[in-house]
Amino acid sequence: MRPDFAAPSAVEPTAPAPEAVPADDSRSVMTESDIARVLRRIAHEILEHNKGAADLVVLGIPTRGVALARRLAALIEEVEGTPVAVGALDVTMHRDDLRRQPTRSPMHTDIPPTGIDDKVVVLVDDVLYSGRTVRAALDALSDLGRPRIVRLAVLVDRGHRELPIRADHVGKNLPTSSSEKVRVRLSEPDHVEDQVTIAGGETR
Amino acid sequence: MTPSTATTSAAASTNAAAPTTTGPTATPLAAADGPRGRRHLLSSADLSLDQVRAILDTAAEMHGVQQREVKKLPTLRGRTVVNLFFEDSTRTRSSFEIAGKWLSADVINISGKGSSTSKGESLRDTVLTVAAMGVDALVIRHHASGAAHQVSQWVDAHVINAGDGMHEHPTQALLDAYTMERRLGSLEGRHVLIVGDLTHSRVVRSNLITLKTLGARVTLVAPPTLMPSGITAWARAEGFDLTHDFDAVLPSADAVMMLRVQRERMSGGFFPTAREYTVGYGLTRPRLDTLVAANPDVVICHPGPMNRGLEIGADAADAAQSLILDQVSAGVAVRMSVLYHLLSGNDDQRRVPRSAWADTSDGRARPAAPRSAGASTAEEGTA
Repeated sequence: MRPDFAAPSAVEPTAPAPEAVPADDSRSVMTESDIARVLRRIAHEILEHNKGAADLVVLGIPTRGVALARRLAALIEEVEGTPVAVGALDVTMHRDDLRRQPTRSPMHTDIPPTGIDDKVVVLVDDVLYSGRTVRAALDALSDLGRPRIVRLAVLVDRGHRELPIRADHVGKNLPTSSSEKVRVRLSEPDHVEDQVTIAGGETR
Repeated sequence: MTPSTATTSAAASTNAAAPTTTGPTATPLAAADGPRGRRHLLSSADLSLDQVRAILDTAAEMHGVQQREVKKLPTLRGRTVVNLFFEDSTRTRSSFEIAGKWLSADVINISGKGSSTSKGESLRDTVLTVAAMGVDALVIRHHASGAAHQVSQWVDAHVINAGDGMHEHPTQALLDAYTMERRLGSLEGRHVLIVGDLTHSRVVRSNLITLKTLGARVTLVAPPTLMPSGITAWARAEGFDLTHDFDAVLPSADAVMMLRVQRERMSGGFFPTAREYTVGYGLTRPRLDTLVAANPDVVICHPGPMNRGLEIGADAADAAQSLILDQVSAGVAVRMSVLYHLLSGNDDQRRVPRSAWADTSDGRARPAAPRSAGASTAEEGTA
């Protein structure tokens, strides 16, 4: 089975590591301003769906999902004027591929003090791919409480789902071949300009 | 006064396993990836700084699970952990059991008493029998130094040393470091005193190694009779200090770790009376006052079980500076972390057929003191 590239963030927590793919071979698919526009739209979609910011808890999946969750929460607060609970949900211990990969260290889970019981939890991740990370996140959530509703917001949906999972809010649908790699870089964890690139696959 | 002040050899991290042996001792990092392609935790010297950091960071996350309503992670579902305890233990065994269960592993406890061992079965036969049931990890405590290392040569499972004789107790050292770090922050450059029965303690050896890995400064304090032979050379090689004068080093301490006086391993004559030991080396009320006056943020540890009134007074044991119960609580988190790091990952793909059984010589780990750690390595090549 191929490793789950849906969450490159979780696979390589430490690394902006462009060494695997030569720079010339990667194409930019989203720029900094694209990402900003998309996040603003998602923030509005979340508010529209939820009819306001009541009971919202935005949880990012480490590493880049957390950065995106913080940005979304800030945007929601900007629109509604009320602060939104934001946190992080690590899914490492709930993954189904722990024995297929080298040991990975769990990242920080940070649940807001309000808890998640009877809340509307919005899970945030950077790339939706096989859906296995999200499945692990749903399991992790059920150990922490019982949300009223769980939604999923992703920056990029690249297809190739292996589980019956879909996102409620998608930044960009990106048709890919499974030999390609989608890489999200954000200023907070990576110290580079925000961008989404796609690399590998058949040369054209 | 300090009879021996350490100076030399920053890189001498290897030969730490047994201070009384001069020859090659328990393999350091090689043992972490054993001859059967398994990762074991046999000695604190197996762990590099990065590995210690990874274990302690994971432990911090696992500590959060302890606060939860549902204290269960599915991580090790379907894996079997056997606690094989040939010596009495309350906290180590129960915390390994809880750690395994909270990670959803199946945990089975086997104690020396009440098992076939009391019918005369050898250690080798016992562990091979247990391993033949298809266990994934063996947590072993044995009265013979080097027993865990020896067992790791025999079985096709991850072996965790939960205390072997007077040799090592690596998970205790990890949880001590974890507990101290939570209160003190980084241990880099901090001064840790380890006081008491150095001769019979396995905790001291593991703690020395782990504390050194983390960059702490260590001073061992004990009466001359409770210093193991050869410790001066060991101190020189490893870069720690030795002293017989507790009161002289007391004010400079960031952490004081009291060791239990192990009467069950003593055959008399180590000190004249218990009272005299307490006067010289017990953490008494006056010493506690000196300690706290010099450094209000000092911490007090004890691996337990305590002899209240002997090596540690009730005032010190229950002081605000005491981390003794935090150590127990950390024990579960650290052992969860150790089980996770050993049992997750994909090294299980290469199961090695058990063909080398006949090669290993006699089944019984030698009953001798730390020397047998050296003895057991002699058999390493054959396994």
